[in-house]
Amino acid sequence: MTLYVSDLEVTIDRRAGAPVRPVRGASLSVEPGHTLAVVGESGCGKSMTCLAIAGLLPRRARISAGSVLFDGQDLAALPLREAARIRRRAVASVFQDATGGLNPVRTIGWQVAEAVRLRIGATRHEATREAVRLLGRVGLPDPESRAREYPHQFSGGMNQRAMIALAVAGNPRLLIADEATTALDVTLQAQILDLIADLRDSMRMAVLFVTHDLGLVAQSADEVAVMYAGRVVETAPVAGLFADPRHPYTRGLLSALPHGAAPDTRLRTIEGTVPPIDALPPGCAFAPRCPRANGLCRQDDPALVTGVACHHPHGSASKVAPTRHLEAVQ
Amino acid sequence: MRWTLIKTIRAALTLLLVVSFVFFVLRLSGDPTYMLLPDDIDEATRDFYRSKWGLDAPLFEQYRSYLVALLHGDFGISFRNNLDAFDLVWDRVPKTALLMGTSLLIALAMGIPLGIIAALYRDSWLDRGVMTVSVFGFSMPNFFLGILLILVFSLNLRVLPSSGSDTWWHLIMPAATLGISYAAQFARYTRSSMIDVLSKPYMRTARSKGAAPARRVNLHALPNAAIPVVTILGFKVGEMLGGAVVVETVFAWPGIGRLLTSAVATRDLAVVQCIMILLAITMIAANTLTDLLYGWLDPRVRVGAKAGAR
Repeated sequence: MTLYVSDLEVTIDRRAGAPVRPVRGASLSVEPGHTLAVVGESGCGKSMTCLAIAGLLPRRARISAGSVLFDGQDLAALPLREAARIRRRAVASVFQDATGGLNPVRTIGWQVAEAVRLRIGATRHEATREAVRLLGRVGLPDPESRAREYPHQFSGGMNQRAMIALAVAGNPRLLIADEATTALDVTLQAQILDLIADLRDSMRMAVLFVTHDLGLVAQSADEVAVMYAGRVVETAPVAGLFADPRHPYTRGLLSALPHGAAPDTRLRTIEGTVPPIDALPPGCAFAPRCPRANGLCRQDDPALVTGVACHHPHGSASKVAPTRHLEAVQ
Repeated sequence: MRWTLIKTIRAALTLLLVVSFVFFVLRLSGDPTYMLLPDDIDEATRDFYRSKWGLDAPLFEQYRSYLVALLHGDFGISFRNNLDAFDLVWDRVPKTALLMGTSLLIALAMGIPLGIIAALYRDSWLDRGVMTVSVFGFSMPNFFLGILLILVFSLNLRVLPSSGSDTWWHLIMPAATLGISYAAQFARYTRSSMIDVLSKPYMRTARSKGAAPARRVNLHALPNAAIPVVTILGFKVGEMLGGAVVVETVFAWPGIGRLLTSAVATRDLAVVQCIMILLAITMIAANTLTDLLYGWLDPRVRVGAKAGAR
């Protein structure tokens, strides 16, 4: 197991008011060569979870509980410098806005070469050569001369390829792609997804793929973790999740997909709204919107057991969730 | 090449405009013979001087002959002491250049690092301290700060000379007066530009690469934050020239500014015109330099999106 996150909690200290916890018990895991998709609505804590794993939390946010086991070492418990060293060598991130994510006054080649040097400590010359190779590897035509160009001379799709080249420089063990294809049009989206899958397979990377688009999940992931209000509420292999969703929230999400809906009919929605993170109800955060909730749900927040965090899950309990393989790590 | 041509034409036009404007406004401001000559002088003497200085010709004729002389490098004669106006002004240039240069150095050397520090430690006591001091720095008028400094360092402490330019000690207070208010402004510009840059997604990318904080600031943030600061640099140099006039008067610094105030007061037309042309040239040069620097710093200006989305 490359990454094994359990009961991760992120707290943001606010200058005025009580601290908030955008992530309050997220558990997930990814194997080498596999893709785990993290899905959920905006504000569910999926990006915060990624930033916590990558060590990129904003200033006032911190990991306040839980563990982030990366190749058996707990990044949340190690001294900051040590954790930063491990992350620099082995954890890479790709974000949504590739054009904004590249420095406008540096050439593409410079930026990729810098990543190479920081990750594996090559000489300037070697790093530049490696950068050109990487740019070619991610499908940039004529990488030698394009490496000397600036982000504003690239299209959005090309910048995303450059970002991916920058991320996979030095062969990281974990690639976090946070809404990496959201800003791209559908054809480009498919190309970038293929590229990430291709790199994952050839480099044996573990990929954490964050999206709010369930359609992408079906195409690109091996496993799925569904997040709601800062918690992972269900985790399952992709086929299993789509065939047999167990958490009422997952079920609601899937039934809200427009596939096969007749024209001129209203799309199905989940009643109500996501509660704000600083005003969560006691018990299960989904209870106020859940058709299956009863008194127990309103008092007790269910733990993630055998892949689902629900007192009244749908279907059989025969599936074994990937996050339960704690023994395999230790 | 084309860029240079356009710049040159534009500079020439600007100069012509400045020259014409100054020429006509000065003629509108009254008869110089009343300012320069004693009140009880008879009309015949006045007429003698008027024709001697060429003030008796029709206004347009005066303008034409002035332009022709200018093209031959002749800036005219000072009414006051019959010296060549250009020589008179040129003699003062080194003093003003020294004052301006030192002030600009103080402004940049203080303002930019302070702005960077304030941005990096945003909302800390350090940031608040720098910003509070800078409010004082730039809202205090030059003449007031200058007089305050004279009061403290010349009259009370008796450590610095209050006027003149004989030694390096004389440079300290005028340069500080002019420099500090611009240091305060540069600190604010740098801070806001830096804060803007620090929140950009590419800074997170640098962090995700594992770049150390010093590397992120120096190689990723600063080259971007410098762009807007450089843009205003050209304007500020022009503004500082105006400030120099005041500061030179307060500290009796024998530069162009002081010459200008006295020349305006006595309607010494040739000298005023010569100074204005020189200032205009300096401004144009400063702005051109800024443009060049700007293009060099920002590849989006230097290389257009020629390849684009291909």
